[in-house]
Amino acid sequence: MASAAERASRAEDVRRYWALCAPALFLLLVGASGPLLIVVVYSFLEPGDYSGVSWRFTFDAWINVFFQKDIFDETWGVADAHLTIFWRSVRLSLLTTAITFAFGFPMAWFIATRPQKERALWLFLVTIPFWTNLLIRTFAIMEVIRNQGLLNTALMGLGLIETPIQILYTDAAVLIGMAYVYLPLMVLPLYAAIDRFDFRLAEAAYDLYASRWRVMRRVVLPIVRPGVVAGCILVFVPSLGAYVTPRVLGGGKNMMIGNFIELQFGQGRNWPLGAALSMLLLMIVMIALLAYVRVSTRKDAHGHGA
Amino acid sequence: MKKLGMLTIASFLAAGAAQAAGELNIYNWGNYTSPELIKKFEETYDVKVTITDYDSNTTALTKIEAGGHGFDIVVPTHSYMQIFVEKGLLMEPGIPEMENFKHVSENWKNVEWDPGRRYSVPWQWGTTGVAVNKSIYNGDINTSAIWLDPPAELVGKVNVVPEMQDVVNLALMYVGGEPCTTDKAKLKEARDVLMAAKPKWMSMDYGMTEKLSSGDVPASVNWNGSTFRARNNNPDVAYGYPKEGYPVWMDSAAILADAQNVENAKLFLNFIMAPENAAMISAFARYANGIDGSEAFMPEDMKTAPEIVVPVELVAAGQFSPACSDEAQAFYTAIWTELQK
Repeated sequence: MASAAERASRAEDVRRYWALCAPALFLLLVGASGPLLIVVVYSFLEPGDYSGVSWRFTFDAWINVFFQKDIFDETWGVADAHLTIFWRSVRLSLLTTAITFAFGFPMAWFIATRPQKERALWLFLVTIPFWTNLLIRTFAIMEVIRNQGLLNTALMGLGLIETPIQILYTDAAVLIGMAYVYLPLMVLPLYAAIDRFDFRLAEAAYDLYASRWRVMRRVVLPIVRPGVVAGCILVFVPSLGAYVTPRVLGGGKNMMIGNFIELQFGQGRNWPLGAALSMLLLMIVMIALLAYVRVSTRKDAHGHGA
Repeated sequence: MKKLGMLTIASFLAAGAAQAAGELNIYNWGNYTSPELIKKFEETYDVKVTITDYDSNTTALTKIEAGGHGFDIVVPTHSYMQIFVEKGLLMEPGIPEMENFKHVSENWKNVEWDPGRRYSVPWQWGTTGVAVNKSIYNGDINTSAIWLDPPAELVGKVNVVPEMQDVVNLALMYVGGEPCTTDKAKLKEARDVLMAAKPKWMSMDYGMTEKLSSGDVPASVNWNGSTFRARNNNPDVAYGYPKEGYPVWMDSAAILADAQNVENAKLFLNFIMAPENAAMISAFARYANGIDGSEAFMPEDMKTAPEIVVPVELVAAGQFSPACSDEAQAFYTAIWTELQK
């Protein structure tokens, strides 16, 4: 009898629990999944007249992501324009990740090895770029690298070069811009990981005659790996979908995925293809995240979760 | 208590009404609306004007179609006017009966995209051609070869504004085709010309008024008014009308079907057809406006500007391009995608 009452009260608890969660769950479902669902549905429709979609079911958009009918001789082939754009995005994002890591790791190391009370100041300095809008930061970079900009004017003034170096509107400009914009996203998780690193372990390794390189490779990196992976994911994912930076600094001559998707919703007047491309981008990001989860759970065995 | 409540409601209603009577929301291209013009309208009619920018016809169309925008007036390009009309987004406010309609130039009264001017009044018209910095290249610039087959001095220094319609139209005319054609031979030729030219370009970007002025971009496919403004900052900049053919366009102001401030919007359309007001629009954005008699009120340099006065021998090369059929549009997009890969 007591157990019956107990069960009843537990059932009541469960009901209340769900009732209290319901608004949040509802918001999550409608607010997060709803728009995504619309994108999924749109990717299976036909493009409407001039814009929008018309409600006829078709796989055309998805087929067009990978294959295309040649516009002139009507033969089917691989959609190499799409693949080129996707490959460029992935390549530039990987490079951005590598560059931010190359700069971010020493930075994070430097901050983590400062006296405790100085660290807050250094971290604060790292976050300063976040105070202003991404577009403004991108235009600032443009001001530095353009032909009549700071860098070229200075180099010419010093007599080091005769004519300006064309950096703006090249892939190098996009890389510089993205590395600058995403560097803090690499530094912060790296710092968090290095901060927790027990430097006595490094000392022990030195005592056992390990070289500096060996200490870094065999002791430090394995322990701070969750931070490295988190930083790489945080940089890679937004780089992949970057829109503003390649648009402003790349000169729009060579598109990245984000710009290409925008084209479909704008001048291209092909919303379903845009929706399908967005889903594909989402899938690539998902794969990157799954890889992250696998790596970080494997580390849990050693007691160093992300 | 009750009395107070009633009073509050009444005052709210009065305030609401007064506010509605004195508002106008204009949705127009960025950096395109003369602030002096707006100030004069606000003072004349005691109306608060709000301007919101867009950067392309598609952006405007998409946002307006979605509803809930709160705009009263929009200024689409001629090629989009029929789309707006077909979708029922515009109102017929009786423009021909308006007081200042008599000032509209005969050329622009009965236009193909809005016969009889039932929906729209002229805002500005212009051309898409090439802008060249003469200190870098001093040859003939009245040709699309500037960007489709650049002279040695300009190789690697040409910008192309990423306006799909204008760019593909120019390329089609360069190879002797018609805008919006579905003739595959011509389309293919245009694509091949574009693909061969692309490695010789520096960028495909907007914002050429500033970049031509500063000398960062020595040559670009560009609009005439923007080039005019660049020349005012940098006298080396010159505008060329491609003799192979170049697009002519007109942006016209229209009232949206779901406008909230219809009366004010009508006042505004009538207002901008008055020559002295049309002149203010042109003095700001530096395009011609299609209102007779407005020249008298324009700055002196507008009357003789080579960007505004088309050379007689090149007038015939200008073409109004219609909104393309879906079939033609599909070709345009395919060429554009290939070009940008």
